[in-house]
Amino acid sequence: MSSRENILKAIATNQPTLVPLPEIERAAVINYTDHFVQFKTVLESIGGTTEMLPNLEILKERIRVDKATGNCIIDTITGENSGEENNSASSAFELEKVERAYIKGTVAVAENGAVWVYESQMKNRLLPFICQHLVLVVDRKDIVATMHDAYDKIKAGAEGFGVFIAGPSKTADIEQSLVIGAHGARSAKVYIIE
Amino acid sequence: MKKTHADLAEKFIADEPRTNWHDDTLWFVREKRDKAAHGLPEWEQLREWASQIKNHTLSNLYNYLTEFEEKAKANGIMVHWAADGEEHNKIVHDLIRKHKIQKIVKSKSMLTEECHLNEYLQENGIEVVDTDLGERIVQFRKEPPSHIVLPAIHLKREDVSETFHEHLQTEKGNNDPQYLTEAARQHLRHKFVQSELAITGVNFAIAETGGFVVCTNEGNADMGAHTAPVHIACMGFEKIIPKAEHLAVFLRLLARSATGQPITTYSSHFHKPRPNQEMHLVIVDNGRSRQLGREDFRNSLKCIRCAACFNTCPVYRRSGGHSYHTAVAGPIGSILNPNLDMKANADLPFASTLCGSCTNVCPVKINIHEQLWKWRQVIVAEGYVATSKKIGMKGMAFLLSKPKLYRFAGKMGRKMMKTFPALTNNKLNPWYKQREMPEPPKESFREWYLKNGKIKLKE
Repeated sequence: MSSRENILKAIATNQPTLVPLPEIERAAVINYTDHFVQFKTVLESIGGTTEMLPNLEILKERIRVDKATGNCIIDTITGENSGEENNSASSAFELEKVERAYIKGTVAVAENGAVWVYESQMKNRLLPFICQHLVLVVDRKDIVATMHDAYDKIKAGAEGFGVFIAGPSKTADIEQSLVIGAHGARSAKVYIIE
Repeated sequence: MKKTHADLAEKFIADEPRTNWHDDTLWFVREKRDKAAHGLPEWEQLREWASQIKNHTLSNLYNYLTEFEEKAKANGIMVHWAADGEEHNKIVHDLIRKHKIQKIVKSKSMLTEECHLNEYLQENGIEVVDTDLGERIVQFRKEPPSHIVLPAIHLKREDVSETFHEHLQTEKGNNDPQYLTEAARQHLRHKFVQSELAITGVNFAIAETGGFVVCTNEGNADMGAHTAPVHIACMGFEKIIPKAEHLAVFLRLLARSATGQPITTYSSHFHKPRPNQEMHLVIVDNGRSRQLGREDFRNSLKCIRCAACFNTCPVYRRSGGHSYHTAVAGPIGSILNPNLDMKANADLPFASTLCGSCTNVCPVKINIHEQLWKWRQVIVAEGYVATSKKIGMKGMAFLLSKPKLYRFAGKMGRKMMKTFPALTNNKLNPWYKQREMPEPPKESFREWYLKNGKIKLKE
């Protein structure tokens, strides 16, 4: 017999009598009066920043200014891309040069400052991790209170990859001293579009 | 004979200031956990849900694992099964050989530590670069991690600085964590972009969708997995959960319990390989199916490896992870490891005060301290305790079951301690190590109570 069969057979023999799944009583779960205020408070406490923008035009302008600096900027949001920025097949060597990446997120979570990003939104799975600075963009209506609400809004298995990102990459592995910028982005900013 | 927890702890506590520092540092993490937990009014309810989801999953494991396998395969993930650590290591090694891979990066996976994958590959001439900062530090030092979430928690910044000076040529004596972390970032980015294989652990595997979730703060699992043409994820079969919506419960609990963060920086959901990438998943038993059959111990398989029980444990905090001589230390390790090798780990369930703090903080409500106590009974019944302990326990049982004799012995003991203190205050008495013996009381509690208590006891 293969290991697979042996393992599954042992499990079938040894697993206890079936007990039911619990009902997740959503009325028992915390809610916040102002999702944006809670999101901002938590995100800032974990090293990120956030800003409310009245509309997408302002963001577009900021990206144009950013690009004019000559830094390697990747914008996957506004559609104002020149051809070379279709980075879905870019290698790690190429992406390593990215100074800032602008990526749209599906949901922002007030309780923990996280933003869900689908693979189709980041274009390249490596981009939000390898860029030096990360900018995520979420519509105000898409800020939810908790992770329970977030999983209601997304389909975790709809694409090959998806991720909740909460603030910049960090570590406290040296004597519990918090250092921002471990292997991933050194900063994380979330623009909320009203 | 192998060194026991007590032997190794003795070495650790020889440096008293360092022991105190270790104790305080972990207590600080425990306090952060408390603060995070108190921020959610439904915290206890969340623990209950998590516990029930895991109980349900264990009771329907066969179906969930086969469902998961089917969905994962349909997603294009290649699924392998390993009966034990040896088979797990062979599967990984075969994939490395098949692809003629030389450059390997690995993010934190306690399972690969449990299986001793790095040593196995090293013996076969293959080098693995651990990419979690704490794991890289201990790897340079040729030490195992001392904590499952904070692998280098036993080290001070001076130690890290020295290690990095030696291996990464950082400035001698520069102990700034920011500077040292930046050096590791540069060093490891170089390793990431060249990597041919990324090995990661798995925090949760979702039966419903055939995908898996990996949580990190540093982003090291993603840097490797999204760069390398081959990704191997390794999991113990108990990582399975029924549905994606259950991740809400577990992700809310995991980081809050571990470090007091509201969530880890990255919670990455892998479902399909990228174009031209190979994604493998190794599902490992290594004693888990046996543990599933032990009624008293099966719910240790609910563990989500947050290490809250480590941080709160008075014994762990004052003896350090290396004293547990196993991949998973702390209270949870002490109930998992006797299942892997009862003889070699017979000392571990005794490395506890049975205070129950571990059970109180466990996000999935594992009755850790009760299992420690039950393991002690199994281990004694199987004959794996030292003869001295066995004789001592028999003697105590005899004395404690004879009230008159016990009272007499107590009286004599108090008298002797008072008249001849050197009888107890000497190096032959293990209780005298690192402690002063207390002053013997004038009378026993019983004597006091007979005089002052409201209820008259029968003489």
